[in-house]
Amino acid sequence: MENLGLIFAPLFSYKLLLVLFFGTVFGLILGVLPGLGPTTGGALILPFTMTLDPLSAIVLLTAIYCAGTYGGAITAILINTPGTPAAAATCLDGYPLAQKGEAGRALGMATVSSVIGGIVSVMVLIFFAPLLANLAYEFGQPEYFALAIFGLTMLASIGEGSPIKNLIAGAFGILISTVGKDFMTSIDRFTFGINELTEGIGFIPVVVGLFAISEMLTQSTLINQIFNRVALKAVKLPSIDDYKKTWKTIIRSSGIGSFIGVLPAEGGTVASLIGYAEAKRWSKKPEEFGKGSIEGIAGAEAANNAATGGAMVPTLALGIPGSATTAVILTGLIIHGVRPGPDLFREQPEFLYGIFGSMLIANVLFFVLGFFGAKIFARITLVPNKLLWPMIFAVSVCGTYSLNQSIIDVWLMLLFGVIGFFMRRYGFSVVPVIIGLILGELVEGTLRQSLVIFDGNWLMFLQRPIALTFFVLSLIALSFPLIKRKKKNDKV
Amino acid sequence: MNNVQNQKGTNKNLSLFFKSSFIVSFIIILISSLLLYFTFNFEIVPPILNRGIQPATFPKALLIIIISLTILIYLISIRKPWQIESKLTSTFYVTLISFIFFIIVSKFLDFFLGITTLSILVSYFWGEKRIIYLLLVGIIFPLIVFVFFETILGLRFPAGIITNLYYG
Repeated sequence: MENLGLIFAPLFSYKLLLVLFFGTVFGLILGVLPGLGPTTGGALILPFTMTLDPLSAIVLLTAIYCAGTYGGAITAILINTPGTPAAAATCLDGYPLAQKGEAGRALGMATVSSVIGGIVSVMVLIFFAPLLANLAYEFGQPEYFALAIFGLTMLASIGEGSPIKNLIAGAFGILISTVGKDFMTSIDRFTFGINELTEGIGFIPVVVGLFAISEMLTQSTLINQIFNRVALKAVKLPSIDDYKKTWKTIIRSSGIGSFIGVLPAEGGTVASLIGYAEAKRWSKKPEEFGKGSIEGIAGAEAANNAATGGAMVPTLALGIPGSATTAVILTGLIIHGVRPGPDLFREQPEFLYGIFGSMLIANVLFFVLGFFGAKIFARITLVPNKLLWPMIFAVSVCGTYSLNQSIIDVWLMLLFGVIGFFMRRYGFSVVPVIIGLILGELVEGTLRQSLVIFDGNWLMFLQRPIALTFFVLSLIALSFPLIKRKKKNDKV
Repeated sequence: MNNVQNQKGTNKNLSLFFKSSFIVSFIIILISSLLLYFTFNFEIVPPILNRGIQPATFPKALLIIIISLTILIYLISIRKPWQIESKLTSTFYVTLISFIFFIIVSKFLDFFLGITTLSILVSYFWGEKRIIYLLLVGIIFPLIVFVFFETILGLRFPAGIITNLYYG
């Protein structure tokens, strides 16, 4: 707590403020453009962060994360297409309200609730991340293995879509991480005689492929789609009456979003859906939902932005990403030589509190930019796909090539683009692949080291209370969809 | 989400081999089995170097999990068929072919030319017929990106007929 003063350090660095401003503007642009988003944008900008110091690099990525999550609401409200998956629930009431000629009011509420959700979640991050990091001192290899397994099962359980398909995708992600030289014995695995593969498959080609290139292929099937844009005069701050109607919803959704964000899953997407559903459940006028309810917008937007801070908690405290975008941020930390985990809290508090402070400032910045600039950002959606996506392809190819200067990375990016397209087409989420890839080395490494400690006795895992707790929680997470389905069937 | 479907709009009436659930499951199992076969060719380390488990054990376990879960989703799909996906459009195939062109051109001719070819092909077949815009996305923008990466990140792009001219 003595480090709290460090939060305000970014305010006194013109360089960090500049990086924050650029990150927020770039994040808003990414959020507004359907198909792009903070994950793809973060992955594409990762090579450029090499020209920055570690703090500026992570500040840039987190600003993109915060602003990108909010930016999706602009498109959701004005053209009924979520700029990011996390804004899908915002469409349900945002667009109908905009059609009634109240686009400014809808965007005003989305902006205010996003900022409140974002700020609440940063508070959660500031309070809980050090606590979790302290707890992590108790963790040995078996505990980390159990925790990683818990993370993957949570992803399957509360992630979007079919839990079994999510598990397959997660296992596929871990499998990708096994390509290359085995880090313990230096034995080649799945390299097929290709020298470049001995170093393993990089994170960037997989992320850019699964997100940007697969989206390009998806957009190629939608080129005849026509968007009905609603005109926007100006963003209006919510009225006193609107605040009275929504303050409880905003607080509730901020709590829900922060909690969901902490769990390794598709953070904002799941949070916004739950936030929206809870807003409807507690509303005095649930019949208005889907027809332009201001509470619906507040519920979804507060929750998805609250997930940003929440998702940073396990990322910084344990090195386990809470969402796909935090997986990109985690990669950013690693390539800049910063090792997330409890030691980071003890040894580099100024770095961490700099990130916390920057996230707070990013929320204020996107409030100002969103409030005064939403009309300009909305115009970005007018760039036709036939021009936009070839440009994104050029940046993707050069960005992927740049990290290792390897042409194999570019081929892999294209391969994962095609795989990602078909995965999404048949209902497999690509997010578990990313999380699996990030967690892969941790899962295998901790399992093997645990077995060395246990002298090959698997049952010893059950004698470690923390590990056992995580395994039990994993079982509960896996059975959760079954219980939910049974309840649903019983209701019917 | 696609596996939770109503009866309407599903591919329940199609013959087994044309159901997407069968095709997708078959492909996953086929590739996984092939990879599983490869794991048996991984070197075996002597017990003194073996840290916990053999290097092949972990990938083997993962592949067995993937195969088992795929069988499970296929069995579930018999009771709850997947939705019929809309047919892929010609622009999708053109984009896919452009990727192949990109690979061939960048491997045998020039990396920059590969990006240019793909950008122009995609833009044209997605509906852009105006020369000025095709030049913009096909040449001017990639050139800006190239120069930007080259100067800011000090990147050296692979040699090729055009890139060599740039590097002199």
